Amino acid sequence: MMTNASNRFLSRSELIGFAVLAAIIFIVLPVMLDTFRLNLFGKYLTYAFVAIGLVLCWGAGGILSLGQGVFFGLGGYCMAMFLKLEASTPENTAIQSTPGIPDFMDWNQLTALPVWWEPFKVLPLALLAVVLVPVVFAFIIGVAMFTRRVGGVYFAIITQAFAAILTILIIGQQGYTGGVNGITDLRTLLGWDIRTDEAKEVLYYVNGVLLFVVLFAAQFVRKSKLGRLLIAMRDQEDRVRFSGYNVANFKIFVFCLGAAFAGIGGAMFTLQVGFMSPTLVGIVPSIEMVIFCAVGGRLSILGAVYGALLVNWAKTTFSESFPELWLLGLGGLFIAVVMAFPNGLAGIWAEQIAPRLAKLTKSGGASVPLPDAAKSPAE
Amino acid sequence: MSVHNPNFVLMVEGLTVSFDGFKAVDDLSFYVEPNECRVIIGPNGAGKTTVLDLICGRTKATAGSVNFKGNELLNMREDQIVHAGVGRKFQTPSVYEDLTVFENLELSYPKGHGVFGALAFRRDDTVTARIQEIAETIFLDDQLDEKAAFLSHGQKQWLEIGMLLIQDPELLMLDEPVAGMSVAERKKTAELLNRIIQDRSVIVIEHDMGFVEDIATRVTVLHQGKTLSEGSMERVQNDPKVVEVYLGH
Ligand SMILES: Nc1ncnc2c1ncn2[C@@H]1O[C@H](COP(=O)(O)OP(=O)(O)O)[C@@H](O)[C@H]1O
Ligand SMILES: [Mg+2]
Repeated sequence: MMTNASNRFLSRSELIGFAVLAAIIFIVLPVMLDTFRLNLFGKYLTYAFVAIGLVLCWGAGGILSLGQGVFFGLGGYCMAMFLKLEASTPENTAIQSTPGIPDFMDWNQLTALPVWWEPFKVLPLALLAVVLVPVVFAFIIGVAMFTRRVGGVYFAIITQAFAAILTILIIGQQGYTGGVNGITDLRTLLGWDIRTDEAKEVLYYVNGVLLFVVLFAAQFVRKSKLGRLLIAMRDQEDRVRFSGYNVANFKIFVFCLGAAFAGIGGAMFTLQVGFMSPTLVGIVPSIEMVIFCAVGGRLSILGAVYGALLVNWAKTTFSESFPELWLLGLGGLFIAVVMAFPNGLAGIWAEQIAPRLAKLTKSGGASVPLPDAAKSPAE
Repeated sequence: MSVHNPNFVLMVEGLTVSFDGFKAVDDLSFYVEPNECRVIIGPNGAGKTTVLDLICGRTKATAGSVNFKGNELLNMREDQIVHAGVGRKFQTPSVYEDLTVFENLELSYPKGHGVFGALAFRRDDTVTARIQEIAETIFLDDQLDEKAAFLSHGQKQWLEIGMLLIQDPELLMLDEPVAGMSVAERKKTAELLNRIIQDRSVIVIEHDMGFVEDIATRVTVLHQGKTLSEGSMERVQNDPKVVEVYLGH
């Protein structure tokens, strides 16, 4: 009969997978890396938030969004607006023609803070906005698209268009947004200097904890009936609809959830890197985020984290030496993964490495469990 | 449009759909009584599948009315039609291949249909017992933990029938349930259908005449989107118009 194992929150192998990742993030990386490199890996991990959301939307639900940069950016900008206002005290900005407003506003002849910037003076409101603004955007896009049954390639292209539109808006409205430079020169969070080495280490750990909160939330969704419904929708949307479900609502939900995750990632990017700019919002970063997810394995939330870490690490390493070749290499990597390893690193692990390890160690008596078996999305 | 008549579960009146001017279903009317098993037969392309599509909301009608127990189905969304009590099996088996037989049935269990209901849904003893019961009915109680992808064609058909049964619909619509089955599977399916059509109204599309004779209360012969003949199997079989259409093909 039906065993309880598949219904448990974490199976034995998943538990080990989570534990290994926790050990890497909280012990191995901090021990191995200096503050500069650790901060860099913290930045890579902010993309993992997006990739986890894509595992739910795309891997499980079959909804490919090529516009996740929008939500990452919105979360990041909400955080940056708060930090920018805190950095723009009248004393700090005394040389401006209008002291007390962000410097880029002053350069663009604004003489007062726009009304919609006001809420970002208050930290709790700004933090709320980090999640809510992306979710509201995703909700509007989701309602407009999914209730009209727009899906597949059309949906991917439309999300891509949103990424382009938002970038153009941000760049065009530089008096309100900081334009192409973005929002820079961020200094303190409630008086705590975020530029120091200690602050960077603390923020790295905060980021790690939040990542695990998001991983657990994603795992909860995957293990719920909603998680199985997403897989069912991906394979037989009509059957789900004619089993009494309003399919659009489920798509809207998972798209909003992915946006919330991305928003948190964006805010942590701003905090750790110290700026937010339109280069993180547009078409190219949005596609890169899908590649992180594909390389890690679009069916595995843990795989998505490794994908974000590895591809970004490779990007930093190679683009320093061969900046022109990197984009080509990234494209090649994506095609190779999709053609040869559709389930990414997690699939290679679950299908190739783990069974061999298990065989090897069987003679020794112990069996090696497979972290987050990506083989079967249903598990 | 039409007034509900308690003698009928389903009243289809003047139902028409036009695909770019081509009327796949043309001014069709028929009435289904409680506990009746109505079989729709007709040559390929007669519009049989389209009739079911129109009733369950998959295709939007151009004109007409479909009244189910007083509800006008043509104004309702697909999931609302399901909740009103209409279940529909597709012509090609539609099951969730990446999920197990148990999970397939569980997703069809009529509870937790909203987003938050689905998040909060718990697999309790009532659910498990009901799934076990249905699995026995559809001959799949030994395959509960198997992925649906590994089932035979016939078993997939049974699984989809089981997914409808677990919803306990008042009107069950089956599109060619024995197509592509082996002789042994056909026999078992006839047995299964005879059991499950007892307490509900059923519309079945079928080609196998022996099978039709076995289960039909009444038969509707569809031809070019219109009713060609209607009545008992015997009456329909002896109708010269039916003989002509079938021999003409
Ligand atoms: N969505 C559609 N668009 C255009 N033509 C359709 C559509 N659905 C069905 N048809 C046409 O309607 C006719 C009836 O099809 P169908 O109901 O599937 O027949 P049957 O099930 O009786 O074999 C066919 O000629 C088919 O090509
Ligand atoms: Mg048909």
